[in-house]
Amino acid sequence: MEILNLLAGGFAIVFEPLNLALVVFGCAIGLFVGAMPGLGSVNGVAILLPMTFLVPPESAIIFLAALYYGAMYGGAISSIMLGIPGASTAVATTFDGRPLALQGKADVALIAAAVASFVGGTISVVLFTLFAPPLAEIALTFGSPEIFALMVLAFATFIGLGGDDIPKTLFSIFIGLAMSAVGLDIISGQPRLIFFGLPGFYHGINFLVLAIGIYGIGEMLWTVEVSRGKMSISQATMSLRRIIDGVIGLKSSIKTMLMGSFLGYFVGILPAAGATPGSLMAYGVAKTISKDPGSFGKGNVDGVVAPEAANNAASTGAMLPMLTLGIPGSPTTAILLGGMVIWGLEPGPLLFVEHSDFVWGLIASLYAANLFALLINVAFIPAFIWVLRMPFTILAPIIFVLCIVGGYAPTQDMHDVWLMLIFGIVGYLMRKLDYPLAPAVLAIVLGPLAEPALRQSLLISNGSFAIFFERPFAGVIMVIALGLLVLPVLQKMVRYARRPA
Amino acid sequence: MRRAEFVMAVVMALFSLYLMWKSAELPVGWIPEEGPGGGAFPFWLGAGMLVCTLWILLRWFRRTSEVSRSIEAYFDSRALTLFLIVGGALTVMIGSIHLVGVYGAVPLFLAFYMRFLGRHGWPTTGAVALSTPIVAFFFFEIALNITLPKGLTEPLFYPLYDIFL
Repeated sequence: MEILNLLAGGFAIVFEPLNLALVVFGCAIGLFVGAMPGLGSVNGVAILLPMTFLVPPESAIIFLAALYYGAMYGGAISSIMLGIPGASTAVATTFDGRPLALQGKADVALIAAAVASFVGGTISVVLFTLFAPPLAEIALTFGSPEIFALMVLAFATFIGLGGDDIPKTLFSIFIGLAMSAVGLDIISGQPRLIFFGLPGFYHGINFLVLAIGIYGIGEMLWTVEVSRGKMSISQATMSLRRIIDGVIGLKSSIKTMLMGSFLGYFVGILPAAGATPGSLMAYGVAKTISKDPGSFGKGNVDGVVAPEAANNAASTGAMLPMLTLGIPGSPTTAILLGGMVIWGLEPGPLLFVEHSDFVWGLIASLYAANLFALLINVAFIPAFIWVLRMPFTILAPIIFVLCIVGGYAPTQDMHDVWLMLIFGIVGYLMRKLDYPLAPAVLAIVLGPLAEPALRQSLLISNGSFAIFFERPFAGVIMVIALGLLVLPVLQKMVRYARRPA
Repeated sequence: MRRAEFVMAVVMALFSLYLMWKSAELPVGWIPEEGPGGGAFPFWLGAGMLVCTLWILLRWFRRTSEVSRSIEAYFDSRALTLFLIVGGALTVMIGSIHLVGVYGAVPLFLAFYMRFLGRHGWPTTGAVALSTPIVAFFFFEIALNITLPKGLTEPLFYPLYDIFL
């Protein structure tokens, strides 16, 4: 079994003292970030990415992946204890987690969430290990037209499945791609889009400037506005006895857990979908297949198990296209992908060949992160509940400061800090008007990869767009992408046809 | 909301036009043997953005999108005050980094935010405002070797450089 050998090699990397420490540290930070309302994995990864320049790239991505994982566990804590989702990925967990907490069964809900997260995480990592190498092998045969077609597919999922206002989603994609074009033209080397002749634009707009602007500053402004109300924290008593009872009580939820894990994983692979819709869908399916759907929303443990298994599984699913195809499956993986570019690793299938250590170290770290996140979560639930009492007026200014120094660090140019502030404020103003911003972040990361792919393809075909449809793989991908683009129109027509006359 | 939706779409439409005009500084057409010119990619993206903003305006006009029907205020007075204070404080902090550096601007910002927005006592405020720059110094300057801007306070750091670098 070649895969097992490679995986064993990966574990050897993870068990190096530095990496193991980073896994534990990443899980802990992730749990914290996930638990704090207003901060999710994407915010944590965006704001902390510049801090990882301290360690080698393999270790940096292990840390960030552990953080990503921990955040999926952590989101449940505030969903249950505060009734406010700690991250959008844990919205569905509030539906039944909060009623359980109000009935004095917060510990049952917390343990169910932790165990379901572990099961979801483990199943998805195993699926990931099995799927990734063959997918990477296929992807190795891809040329520019296929790569560009994949990117079109990634963006099309936002339009077909994102559920947001379509012109605003498209606008977000276009503006993100346009921002990625600032700087020197990669092919001719000429300066391009140097707004107002400012020299800071010559080095282009680093994706982190947009990501920290939107997910750091913009998100904080948003949270400052919405968190004006008072929060009340439920009490949870924990003891080993109750933990064991809680785990035994989950026997009846195994089916739901498995369903949530598989559903979450496959939904997570799609760029626009990811963990939030994955967990909502899992909740919906759990309710449909339940023998007692009426109890959902009133404190059914299955209602906690399904979304929590799904959001962890989805976060692993999102890594599959990121590592094998170079197309991120979620905003968080988009930032990880951008990080890989900064570290000098070209994302895509070649990683499996050229940086096999890196890839397998990362995969093995997911197994380790999953285990540690479970242990830290269960052991320190009281500590996280205590942390949740931390006033937002202390956390917010510290995060603002982190954003600013973090935005300065990659290029060491104050120009970028100003730009980040502008992106943060404009992003916040646009978000209030229902402009989705995740597509823009994905676009600025993919832009530098999409443009050369497009230009080279057109050069091969002498300017004919037919090249994207004539090659077998590219053609299939493009047809699926076009299908997704017309999906909303079809839905509208169906609804129109069914309308009572 | 309705007015804000309109203003945002118009502003973004103008930005799209500016982007197209700016892209056209480079060739946007087909260059034989080279493929599309350097300006083509952003030019057509700008055109796409323009079409989207027009589409948004059409939906605004026909009141089909949700925000264009909303009668809720874009900002209520409390939210606006908060936004202006926080946004203003951030702007002042970034501006003052040029003058007094990160180690001058950051404690002032933290102190302002915690004392006047958070109404925390001076001990908490002081502890956070003073410890954050110290942690930042050791993390960025010593561990990462990234020099943060110091402005006028640069000379104060010479003895520290002598000790740690």
